[in-house]
Amino acid sequence: MGDKKVTIEVNGQEIETQAGRMLIEIADEVGIPVPRFCYHKKLSVAANCRMCLVEMQAMREGMENPVVPACATPIGDGMKFYTKSPKAIAAQKGVMEFLLINHPLDCPICDQGGECELQDIAIGYGEGYSQYTEAKRVVKNKDLGPLIATDMTRCIHCTRCVRFGEEIAGTRELGMIGRGEHTEITTYLEHSISSEMSANVIDLCPVGALTSKPFRYSARSWELNNVDAIAAHDCVGSNIIVQTLHNKVKRVLPRENEALNEVWLSDRDRFSYLSQTHTERLETPMIKKGGEWQCCDWNTALTTLVAELDILVKDKKNTIGALLSPSSTLEEGYLLQKIVRGMGQHNIDFRIRQQDFSQQTLDPLYPHLGVNIDDISTLDAVMLIGSNIHKDQPIIGHRLRQAVLKNDTKVMAVSHRQYSFHFPVTENIIVHPQRIALQLAGIAKALLTLNNASAPTGLKEVIDDMLITDIQQKMAEKLQAAKRGHLILGNMIYGLEDYAQIRMLASLIASLSECNIGYLTEGANAAGLAIAGCLPHRKEVGKENNQDVGLHAQEMLSKTLDAYILLGIEPELDTLNPQQAINTLTASSMVVVMNAFVTDTMKQYANILLPISTPLETSGTFVNTNGMWQSFTGAVSPYKEARPAWKVLRVLGNLFELDDFDYRSSEEVKESIASKYTAEKFDNRIIWQEHLFENRINNVNNEPIRISDVPGYAIDAMVRRADALQDSLDMQIADKVLMNEKLAQVLQCHADNIVEVEQLEGSGKFIVAIDESIPDDCIYIPSAVAATTNLAAPFSTVSIKE
Amino acid sequence: MTNEVCFRTLHLDKPSSLDTYISIGGYQVWKKILAEKTSQMDIIEEIKISNLRGRGGAGFPTGLKWSFMHPPGGEVQPSMQRYIVCNSDEGEPGTCKDRDILRYNPHQLIEGMAIAGYAIGASIGYNYIRGEFWEPYEQFEQALSEAYEAGLLGKNIQNSGIDFDLYTHLGAGAYICGEETALLESIEGKKGQPRFKPPFPASYGLYGRPTTINNTETLASVPVILEKGGQWFLEQGKPNNGGTKLFSVSGHVNKPGNYEVPMGIPFADLLEMAGGVKDGKKLKAVIPGGSSTPVIPGEIMMDLSMDYDSLASKAAGSMLGAGSVIVMHEDTCMVKTLARLSHFYYDESCGQCTPCREGTGWLSRIVHRIEDGQGKNEDLDLLNSIASKIEGRTICALGAAAAMPVASFIKHYRDEFQYHIDHKKCMVSMK
Ligand SMILES: Cc1cc2nc3c(=O)[nH]c(=O)nc-3n(C[C@H](O)[C@H](O)[C@H](O)COP(=O)(O)O)c2cc1C
Ligand code: SF4
Ligand code: FES
Repeated sequence: MGDKKVTIEVNGQEIETQAGRMLIEIADEVGIPVPRFCYHKKLSVAANCRMCLVEMQAMREGMENPVVPACATPIGDGMKFYTKSPKAIAAQKGVMEFLLINHPLDCPICDQGGECELQDIAIGYGEGYSQYTEAKRVVKNKDLGPLIATDMTRCIHCTRCVRFGEEIAGTRELGMIGRGEHTEITTYLEHSISSEMSANVIDLCPVGALTSKPFRYSARSWELNNVDAIAAHDCVGSNIIVQTLHNKVKRVLPRENEALNEVWLSDRDRFSYLSQTHTERLETPMIKKGGEWQCCDWNTALTTLVAELDILVKDKKNTIGALLSPSSTLEEGYLLQKIVRGMGQHNIDFRIRQQDFSQQTLDPLYPHLGVNIDDISTLDAVMLIGSNIHKDQPIIGHRLRQAVLKNDTKVMAVSHRQYSFHFPVTENIIVHPQRIALQLAGIAKALLTLNNASAPTGLKEVIDDMLITDIQQKMAEKLQAAKRGHLILGNMIYGLEDYAQIRMLASLIASLSECNIGYLTEGANAAGLAIAGCLPHRKEVGKENNQDVGLHAQEMLSKTLDAYILLGIEPELDTLNPQQAINTLTASSMVVVMNAFVTDTMKQYANILLPISTPLETSGTFVNTNGMWQSFTGAVSPYKEARPAWKVLRVLGNLFELDDFDYRSSEEVKESIASKYTAEKFDNRIIWQEHLFENRINNVNNEPIRISDVPGYAIDAMVRRADALQDSLDMQIADKVLMNEKLAQVLQCHADNIVEVEQLEGSGKFIVAIDESIPDDCIYIPSAVAATTNLAAPFSTVSIKE
Repeated sequence: MTNEVCFRTLHLDKPSSLDTYISIGGYQVWKKILAEKTSQMDIIEEIKISNLRGRGGAGFPTGLKWSFMHPPGGEVQPSMQRYIVCNSDEGEPGTCKDRDILRYNPHQLIEGMAIAGYAIGASIGYNYIRGEFWEPYEQFEQALSEAYEAGLLGKNIQNSGIDFDLYTHLGAGAYICGEETALLESIEGKKGQPRFKPPFPASYGLYGRPTTINNTETLASVPVILEKGGQWFLEQGKPNNGGTKLFSVSGHVNKPGNYEVPMGIPFADLLEMAGGVKDGKKLKAVIPGGSSTPVIPGEIMMDLSMDYDSLASKAAGSMLGAGSVIVMHEDTCMVKTLARLSHFYYDESCGQCTPCREGTGWLSRIVHRIEDGQGKNEDLDLLNSIASKIEGRTICALGAAAAMPVASFIKHYRDEFQYHIDHKKCMVSMK
């Protein structure tokens, strides 16, 4: 394209711009309207709808002026265009007529009505009558799964959805088959769409051919109120618009933010609102009295709570612990830790799926990706460690894919399971999770050799007689060669028992290859909660409390405390070891559950249930993985008797007569943290810790162990209750146990058999599926799904029975 | 003065064999180039002098097209692979000339492609052959293996340091794959759908690399032009209409077939060569260049000569196209004929762009309705208006190809269409 300046003329207006850009971009920039359907600024140019035809001054004298598509006409110096001349208008109207002849014109019963590009543009360019008297085309609908409804007769063949699949989602699930009038958009073989970003085609479709299945027929677009908000299910914090009617959330749409989600939204962020009215919503506060649950008002619930906790806490030490969801808001986290600390304790944690806390003092102030999301495209090599990136973090996965496509970024992966990425991976190490550290040590050794450096103390003996594999060598070389290389620790890595070693080695690799390193975390606000001080070893804004380190999540869940406050979590699903969590909590005399939902399991271990808002019903702030603070307001008022958690915690603080709990708004809570906080520049690499290895790296015994990860639609209470997401292809794994053929033979398991998997004192039933993406000696069972609530922690041994 | 260029082996025994081709001096030009490393620009210059224009239908000057691969101010993507592609898709109703080149003189096409490849800097060529042409495909493949065996193709040919590999690609029966960019998509293994231009194939062609696409007849003419000189070729025809041309004469004639004659031959002479109108009937109409070109009434046609300029003159209002002459005598129903043509374009539209996808079906339905006696008075104006809304607004020229016959049929034979509408029956078959 270059920066060559040219001057063109549109409708007599002179415009100076760079050569080679398409006319439509320039028209959009200066605000000259050009009708269009197939053109979309984030997709490649198809130029098939022809709606954007405009008149162009002929290049030579005597030639007739042609009409050209504005979306596919690169401009050059001196070109002149007319977008509203009789010729241009005639061409545009002609195309509109063609688009309408076979369109059903069923706007009154079409869900797109009111927000339909065809309807809108037809007002300007269509006629009030039709000259078409022949039979109209009818196209069979396609079943695209639980999210996208189809009315294919309405399709105008703009191929935006097809291009989205190819270019953005990277799944090529939709295509155009047939020719001429019989051209159809279809999935080729009828099947649901599997992309985690699939529902963006609903926004892209200019007509009512692809609409939202959960939303359809429930409201008209013009009746809806729009509230700006922040999505609550990954560490990106995609910007959203929440659309409401009569105080109900009807729909969630992406809100454009070039730095984060661009114009896209993950299906998870789009459809999690479906849980808003789930039957398991907790409607009122409840107290367990003599083993019986009773509904009560807030006053009763809170005074009971305060009375009971006061007695407990005044007497002993280390008796209360608070565990909260990594998607709790900054304000909620801040107030909760303030209450816990106000009671003289430090037992608070949101890292509920982490196993190894031995090096927590080395953690950065907050887990940071180490690269801005909109700079991912500038990286030239990326190593993913334990990340199913596009399912865990759809937007970051999309950014990385774009980097691969446009910047030829080399992506390497080290993991316990072979994920089907939507971009090519140059090197892939799939190993037993207890060998991940060894693999990283191999890569580190290759880098030491490349740099003629000697091994740091403690590591030397470990790697001395280790052989560097080809693949380790290649990974080392790629990272070494990269100008902007990056290592990413993925969601799955925190559950490993040697997380500290793995992180240390990854950091060593980063230092040796002069790459950076970053964290991807569960939940929407791990960063915010770290800043808010929801950690046993750090108070707000990272102030260390070394003398008085509290209990971390694993400690709190393994030895029973006298009282617990659980904010927004279901420990039977959200913690690493559900079996242990339930036992520990059941043994406690006081468990306060603050949650938007309630289940029978919760009722077993809880003593007080407090209904709180979902993120759609409260104001608050999320800090994303780039340290962006994004505040939002509630889109609807809380369900029944539910209240925003920050308000409940503020009242509790007052009832406990703790200092400084007079906040009038969530903004004031945020301000009190923000005023103490100064942003840091991040280098996530950590100083070598020689004692960490003592010449030893974890090694494997060959008993089969259970590997695991959290499926994208099992990550939190809201998502788990969004039925449409649960019906999607990705959740078919929820009742499966996967293993490779080799292990299946050893264990004498056959595909589709139902087997009983035992871990310590619990077990679950699963259907066997043979899957070669699982490494030797491992069986895969997902986490955070109902079938696993009786199991123990993953990455430990299991036994299997028919 | 017939069969001087593409059909120059036709009168010989085993016309398609390598021996036959060599016996008339075949491959001499190629060997000379291999030996002398003739300058690319000299070859292109000679083609420019010959006035050879694309025989695939659009009549674009071939020398000029080749020179796009060597633009002033530096080569397009010098380090990139380039391709020469031959368009033997020959799908236009009325056309069957390329088929006979493949069957009877495949070596001349191979030599032409090799030379063209050399001239544009392409070491790889593809010949895209229409799917239904099984026998011609086999003939061409046979010739190709002969040429390889004789050391005329491959790597470092005859120690010249020059490489040229040629592959055949068999289509699957879609007319649209004759459109040059749909053809490229098809070779790439994708659905045959035209690309929008710009970028043109010279900068972004096969697999995104600089590519030249020419018709079979165009490329098969090249060895003779270089052997006998551009000037000689030009003089076979008329200025701006150089050379000889293959005409596929079909329809109501006594001797249908392919005739290679000088460009500019009077239509009357060509008709005579084809044995005159069948059954001694009166000439009614001629489609001169393949089904997409506008129809010309017989009386006007008898005064025209067969070349680009004459057929595009105001009086004629048509085009030479691919030189596929469809002759119709007085018993032909023009409504039925148009119905058939419209159906073809409706059926062959790739469906990508709106005016063609929606418009071709609309046209076809109306014309069929008129034919079936269901016509309405407003239909004729509506047909014209639909045709005008397609032409010039589509991604490729198929839209125009569908529109042009409609406009011309109604222009010249409106009374017949009106009769069908008024009387719900055919005027011609009533006679
Ligand atoms: C719908 C359509 C079908 C075409 N079919 C053919 C064909 O069968 N053979 C051909 O040589 N050119 C065909 N053409 C023309 C080609 O696009 C192209 O102009 C030609 O191959 C260029 O070669 P030439 O310059 O040697 O004529 C077709 C064009 C269109 C729009
Ligand atoms: S004009 Fe017809 S054939 Fe050509 S691209 Fe458009 S729809 Fe396809
Ligand atoms: S927007 Fe330009 S052709 Fe569709």
